[in-house]
Amino acid sequence: MLRDTWLIFRRDATLLLRNPAWLAIGVMQPVLYLVLFGPLMERIVTSTPGFPPGSSWTILTPALIVQLALFSATTAGFSLLADLRNGVVERLRVTPASRVALLLGKVLMNGLTTVAQAIIITILAFLVFGLSAPIGGILLTLLIVAMLSVTLASASYAVALTLRNEQAFPALVNSVMMPVLLLSGILVPITTGLAPDWLYAISRVNPFTHIVDAGRAGFRGDFSVDALLTGSIVLVVLMSLCVFWGARTFRRENA
Amino acid sequence: MIKARGLQRRFTSRGRTVDAVKGVDIDVTEGELVGFLGPNGAGKTTTLRMLTTLLTPTAGEAQVAGCDLRADPVGVRRRIGYVAQGGGTGPECKVAEEIELQGRLYGLGKADAIERGKELTEQLDLSGLDQRLTKTLSGGQRRRLDIALGLIHSPKLVFFDEPTTGLDPQSRANLWEHIRMLRSEQGVTLFLTTHYLEEADALCDRILVIDGGEIVAEGTPDALKARVSGDSVALGVDDDVTTRAAEIVGRVEGAHELTTAPGEVRFRVPRGDTALPALLRAFDAENLTMQSMQVQRPTLDDVFLTLTGRSLRDSSGSDSSGGDADAAAEASADDNERNEVPTRAA
Repeated sequence: MLRDTWLIFRRDATLLLRNPAWLAIGVMQPVLYLVLFGPLMERIVTSTPGFPPGSSWTILTPALIVQLALFSATTAGFSLLADLRNGVVERLRVTPASRVALLLGKVLMNGLTTVAQAIIITILAFLVFGLSAPIGGILLTLLIVAMLSVTLASASYAVALTLRNEQAFPALVNSVMMPVLLLSGILVPITTGLAPDWLYAISRVNPFTHIVDAGRAGFRGDFSVDALLTGSIVLVVLMSLCVFWGARTFRRENA
Repeated sequence: MIKARGLQRRFTSRGRTVDAVKGVDIDVTEGELVGFLGPNGAGKTTTLRMLTTLLTPTAGEAQVAGCDLRADPVGVRRRIGYVAQGGGTGPECKVAEEIELQGRLYGLGKADAIERGKELTEQLDLSGLDQRLTKTLSGGQRRRLDIALGLIHSPKLVFFDEPTTGLDPQSRANLWEHIRMLRSEQGVTLFLTTHYLEEADALCDRILVIDGGEIVAEGTPDALKARVSGDSVALGVDDDVTTRAAEIVGRVEGAHELTTAPGEVRFRVPRGDTALPALLRAFDAENLTMQSMQVQRPTLDDVFLTLTGRSLRDSSGSDSSGGDADAAAEASADDNERNEVPTRAA
């Protein structure tokens, strides 16, 4: 299974490196936020009470990285739909290769891609906007987004395989991700000081809020149990569930 | 090589059940080239997907290449090759990459996979295309690449799903050559589906005709054709002797569907080629002159028409030259079918 996973991982890596433009396009959106939205935050953060500790850049950068993971990983299913259309999935499924490996190879590549893009964004924030964050914290946040990417990509593949419809898939992804994104406080943190109680309450139910919070804690160098525990538990549980779901779909899918 | 009993597949969606395949028995012995002929939606692809482990049968059992379909699907996968209808290559992948990946997924080492890939690309006239992206290949080349991928592990049994759909006539003829060679030179057992009559006719030792999820006939192409309406014969005679000619024809054993027009007598007879010499002698004996004669072997479409009362969808003008748009439309219709099937299954 490891060997098959590696083979599939390598195939996707080769494809990505053949068209590295996709990597850059994926980075564009967070970069635009950083450049066109970040400076606004700088003032607001200092003049508004209720923001979590840290400068605007330590609040925004990790959130943008998480947002990047949300976007790129949830749309991973698109490539699978293309593979389905081209018959690639069928061709691979008729080989004795492990079905789980067919999924793992792909999601690991998704994880690595997100990390590469996150590094680009972090470096940019560091060089241009004077982001200051401890290296250990950054590494921790990168690990978090890698896991998040694996989680969401697995779910995305599972949904794509179940739905098998290139029109319905983006519609579904959008309608799920939009509220998830808003409720995770990515652009403006949803804190007790800023949000009305009901909004705060809903945001706490959203698992991604805790993951964003953990990512922010990493960037400001806060390794306390308080800051990381909930996020880590949520992430590990979500990842296990989603990878299991994806693997099951890959194994079962009409076979 | 294949022994299937009561293989059945039922799809359920929104409370409606569709029996795509209603329990088919299939026997294929080693070295045979068997065709599975039927119109779109007849259950060909569904049957093939069951035999290749891609779809679990609702009922029935099968031994494929010596392994039990249900108990040992991985064993089946190891031993068979499958060339899917729409192919299976990534457009942005290089030919060599796809071949190597395929070989290694079948357990070959890197060097072996490359070596075997070289062998196959030579056999299939794909030499020199190693570094090309598959999307830049012609339709025929891509189909041959699909075949190379299906053969990478030297399987003894290969399934082809509509191998020539959407190909131009030259590529099709070329592909037929390759398929024949697989059997004659490497002793590979082949099972292919097609809705092209002339393809089943030209390639297969034996044909299974499937319609509405059931096998409605089975036999060699010639036996199937002979079974049905017989050859159609048209004789040209002088106008004033048409009636006398028709009388003579009426005495031919097995002649039926006799029609006349001034100067022309048409009828059907089981074997036109053997009926004609006797007929000529009979005309001579009666001092009648035959101006022309034409014998047409029945097509498989005639067979299908007799068996089911319907014509195969692409029967008329299916000699492929004008059929590219048709074929493409069919291919995409089949794609939809393929995409929908698992949805229904889920």
